[in-house]
Amino acid sequence: MKVLVPVKRVIDYNVKVRVRADGSGVDLANVKMSMNPFDEIAVEEAIRLKEKGIATEVVVVSIGVKQAQETLRTALAMGADRAILIEATADVHTDIEPLAVAKLLAGVVKQESPSLVLCGKQAIDNDMNATGQMLSALLGWSQATFASELEVSRGRVRVTREVDGGLQTISVKLPAIVTVDLRLNEPRYASLPNIMKAKTKPLATMTPADYGVDIAPRLAVVRTQEPAGRKAGVKVGSVSELIAKLKDEAGVI
Amino acid sequence: MAVLLLADVYHGKLATDTVAKVLAAVKSLGEVHVLVAGQGGDAAAAEASTLDGVSKVLFAADQAYCYGLAETTAALIVSLAGSYSHIAAAATAFSKNVLPRVAALLDVMVISDVTAVVDADTFMRPIYAGNAIQTVKSVDSKKVFTVRTASYSAVCATGSASVETVSAAVDSSLSKWIEDKVAGPNRPELTAAAIVVSGGRGVGSQADFALIERLADKLGAAVGASRAAVDMGYAPNDWQVGQTGKIVAPTLYVAVGISGAIQHLAGMKDSKIIVAINKDEDAPIFQVADYGLVADLFNAVPEMVEKL
Repeated sequence: MKVLVPVKRVIDYNVKVRVRADGSGVDLANVKMSMNPFDEIAVEEAIRLKEKGIATEVVVVSIGVKQAQETLRTALAMGADRAILIEATADVHTDIEPLAVAKLLAGVVKQESPSLVLCGKQAIDNDMNATGQMLSALLGWSQATFASELEVSRGRVRVTREVDGGLQTISVKLPAIVTVDLRLNEPRYASLPNIMKAKTKPLATMTPADYGVDIAPRLAVVRTQEPAGRKAGVKVGSVSELIAKLKDEAGVI
Repeated sequence: MAVLLLADVYHGKLATDTVAKVLAAVKSLGEVHVLVAGQGGDAAAAEASTLDGVSKVLFAADQAYCYGLAETTAALIVSLAGSYSHIAAAATAFSKNVLPRVAALLDVMVISDVTAVVDADTFMRPIYAGNAIQTVKSVDSKKVFTVRTASYSAVCATGSASVETVSAAVDSSLSKWIEDKVAGPNRPELTAAAIVVSGGRGVGSQADFALIERLADKLGAAVGASRAAVDMGYAPNDWQVGQTGKIVAPTLYVAVGISGAIQHLAGMKDSKIIVAINKDEDAPIFQVADYGLVADLFNAVPEMVEKL
């Protein structure tokens, strides 16, 4: 069984996001970029499936700028076998929308014929939480989102999903799209020998035209602004004072 | 122009407050029809019909739509989509599972977590875990979007719309529901709780995290943790609040022994009241806290439990 994992290059989760003064977006020049944390969990899960003998090959794909090669190399160093880069833009500030990404991934799926696509549940830049669901729709495949546990057996995947207020378990027919949540696993760090080895693993470069996909955005960004700031409040001197403030002033307890 | 609003229904019960808040968000866009899907949803459909601003309730009483399975629910919505300019729902796990699928089937982009409907084509939404707010204008023929209900006040329930039965032929062979497990009855779910008490690296050990839990239980709160506390093994990953964890916006957020790293702030800074308890008076958490207490948590938390 082949597993396909899409990975996105995003601003590192520890970097303070700065909105550009002209309101055109977020400043991404000269900031640390990393693999989207949820995608890292998806890569880890795919590698674990391979280690258990369930998956035979793990293919990673990234869509965006040329520098996303680094993200793919990280996935290869973790243990993925092969990578595909779809160079869709030369501008680091251009975010390819989930619908276009899903169409490109559908093209990759048609060529690669994986049985399972593992996606991060959302990217921590646009926070759209859509690509996996959209890909599943375009392919007409079964869909299991927000997975915190998964088990593949006899042509199905049993997925425990993180939903509001608890957990839901469903069983989906393969081929399927599963999007992963935080609790699924803790991704490994790549070892130095594996980082070296990853440099020689195959990485194919493609373009959206190769898949016949129009990636023109459907959402025009009118403006990007800072959120309304919070002001520091007051320091209280004691626990009793704190409780009194919460009861009488804020009225929240 | 008309709006199709997908209602959150759990085990036959309408999430009334949630739906009433989405109604507040979309009422300026035109006539609103609410879709209640799932067998046994009669009462939910009846309740939806009383909400102000609803002109019709569409009730799809088929087993295939129970448990919020995405494939069947999305197919049902697409079968109804023809006459609507907008398809909306609350930004819950249920709708976030379904609406992007609907959008792709209609060949339009989904717009998630809308915090303001500016006009029929223009919406505001947070990106980068709320560190920036983006205004987007859709060029799609239909707008499919989810609404963050925290930004709206619920409409009243003085209406009496008609309930109409709808159905569609859908393929229900792709996914099978097995079970739903609700979170422990004594503690509210993290993202829905009115009060959240979170512990950070300062708590120091997994054993001492019981202090945080005791305070949470005293307040009837959910328990959260910073990524640092999770990475140190003090708390399980599903308690993580922050950019890589849960995004919460409770009425009261109590941060104990949390320094206030960017990634943590991203997950809780929309809370109404923030309390910080930390022995380091220069900790960045105090810059966002409404009430700060500079104290050793090992003294302050037990005292608070006792005095509450």
